[in-house]
Amino acid sequence: MRELRYREALREAIAEEMERDDRVFLMGEEVGYYQGAYKVSEGLLERFGTRRVVDTPITEEGFAGVGVGAAMVGLRPIIEFMTWNFSAVAFDQIINHAAKIRQMSGGQFSCPIVFRGPNGAARQTGAQHSQCWEAFYTHIPGLKVVAPATVADAKGLLKSAIRDDNPVLVLEDERLYGLKGEVPDGDAVVPIGVSAQRRDGDAVTIVTWGKMLHMVLPACELLAKEGVECAVIDLRSLRPLDLGPTLASIEKTGRALVVQEAWPYGGVGAEVVDRIQRDAFGALKGPVLRVTGRDASMPYNKHLEDLTIPSVDTVVRGVRAVLAW
Amino acid sequence: MPVAAPTDELLALHRQMLLIRRFEEASAKAYSQGKIGGFLHLYIGQEASAVGALANLGEGDAIVGTYRDHGIALARGMSPRACMAELFGKVTGCSKGLGGSMHFFDAEKRMLGGDGIVGGHVAVAAGVAFASKYRGRKEVTVCFLGEGSVSIGGFHEALSLASLWALPLVVIVENNEYSMGTPLSRTLSVHDTSQKAHGYGMASDRFGTSDVLEVKRRVGEAVARARETSKPTLIEVQTYRYRGHSMSDPGKYRTADEVELRKKTDPIVKAEADLRAAGVSDADLARVEAEIEAEVEDAVRFADESAEPGEELIEAYTYA
Ligand SMILES: Cc1ncc(C[n+]2csc(CCOP(=O)(O)OP(=O)(O)O)c2C)c(N)n1
Ligand SMILES: [Mg+2]
Repeated sequence: MRELRYREALREAIAEEMERDDRVFLMGEEVGYYQGAYKVSEGLLERFGTRRVVDTPITEEGFAGVGVGAAMVGLRPIIEFMTWNFSAVAFDQIINHAAKIRQMSGGQFSCPIVFRGPNGAARQTGAQHSQCWEAFYTHIPGLKVVAPATVADAKGLLKSAIRDDNPVLVLEDERLYGLKGEVPDGDAVVPIGVSAQRRDGDAVTIVTWGKMLHMVLPACELLAKEGVECAVIDLRSLRPLDLGPTLASIEKTGRALVVQEAWPYGGVGAEVVDRIQRDAFGALKGPVLRVTGRDASMPYNKHLEDLTIPSVDTVVRGVRAVLAW
Repeated sequence: MPVAAPTDELLALHRQMLLIRRFEEASAKAYSQGKIGGFLHLYIGQEASAVGALANLGEGDAIVGTYRDHGIALARGMSPRACMAELFGKVTGCSKGLGGSMHFFDAEKRMLGGDGIVGGHVAVAAGVAFASKYRGRKEVTVCFLGEGSVSIGGFHEALSLASLWALPLVVIVENNEYSMGTPLSRTLSVHDTSQKAHGYGMASDRFGTSDVLEVKRRVGEAVARARETSKPTLIEVQTYRYRGHSMSDPGKYRTADEVELRKKTDPIVKAEADLRAAGVSDADLARVEAEIEAEVEDAVRFADESAEPGEELIEAYTYA
């Protein structure tokens, strides 16, 4: 075990896979000479050279498409979006090309590509730069979507994403890049499609992912002081979705809460709630509730931003609301 | 329009440039004090671009810019108080504290943003120009973007449409030589971004920003072309930003010598030298400087003392 920061864990995953496989390359804005807008790729240009660490102009649709084409003929591109907000410009490539190549070609071509970058709110970066993208991309058959919440998962899930033969979208988080945590020695691969139980409890099963895990765990500690012990499931992979541990936990608790940073309308939380009501109906003592970001574009003002994103406090209130049934 | 005496004209432009510079210096300070959050992209060094360009506009004309929008907002005559209050996230800000540094808007001044996703805003600007033509009004839209954004599709589709439909649009590429940490030579296969006009059969121009009067005159030709003949123009202005891309950029990709060298062609320094040569006294210039300092101080005080937006504003503007 070693302690790393989240951004260093991502960097290790990229470097180890590039070392292992010459087909793997990194492409995106400021990934090379500038050492990465958020320093994830620091040192990689020096180590691997300009053939494999490719700086691009501001051309999201272009370089996402270059990645798709290269992947169709066997390379394994890692495409960095400076933030996922800019993937909107590359939407067509991800949705109409990457996701559909395999099916449209009757299985002749696949698209082993990784799209990655920070997702969700940073700090006071306003409406266009604070969005959660999981609802958009998990909607699409043909795409896999993962959202590492821990340092070990940052490394392990990214490695799996690079080795996967499908397009995999890795939703990182600017507020997590500095997070420290333990990473197992060796390959440290974390499989896609396996959720993780982060805490055990008998009162409420909380399902979450990404940076919200770090709101949920402190909320659980506060609640534990009152004798309310919550179980916490970190989904890690949003498509495919592994609800096995969630359903097993609900058998014990009979109550569930989904916590997501994203907007409430539709989305991953709604999908989770739908599956729980179908697959654990008999165990439920009350409705499954959600704590979500407020249904509005992100305000710049700090106070309003804090009110828009779920907090430890809103999670605690969410648990109380679930228990009130 | 009455023709101002050359000295008066330069005095007015110089005052605007100085206002922008002092405003930006004050915002950098407020940022370091934690009064401004998020991204802050300063316009210091580029003042002559917005000031010279927008001096050609009248009331009905419109502007669209990027996240580097403080300079164009002030050059358009937006209130320094409302601009500073926006940076402070206050309800008295030009976007009620909801937009922040990257999203300055002012319907009355026809400032349509402040857009944070580059490229798409050029098409939006073409749409504003389309509306002017649709209504049969002789209005012009001016759109700003950085040289690093010239490769993106939105820019090209917008130029293609503006030229095809003869829209009264002036697109100004502010070539400050860097796109974050990347020099132009690594973002584009040509050095001259105004060449992009040729493929669209569009008029183009290219010049530096050390002389604000020259900027005004050259952009004025494009504005007149748009107004009189409804033909778009693509302009590259060669300029330079003295500060980092944003406050978090340490600027390791260039040397201090390079920045110092570029400060030698500073538009404010040149304007002051030209004013002195035309007989404006040091005392007169000092008075302008003092007035601007007071105006910026007043803006900071106003922003400091203004109220935060209330929670009810979170959803208030989601729909019309
Ligand atoms: C579509 C899109 N991709 C990436 C970004 C992130 N980004 C913001 S500014 C910038 C550099 C822009 O440089 P340039 O166009 O030269 O303008 P300048 O900042 O120099 O004014 C980048 C990459 C963005 N805002 N929009
Ligand atoms: Mg630039």
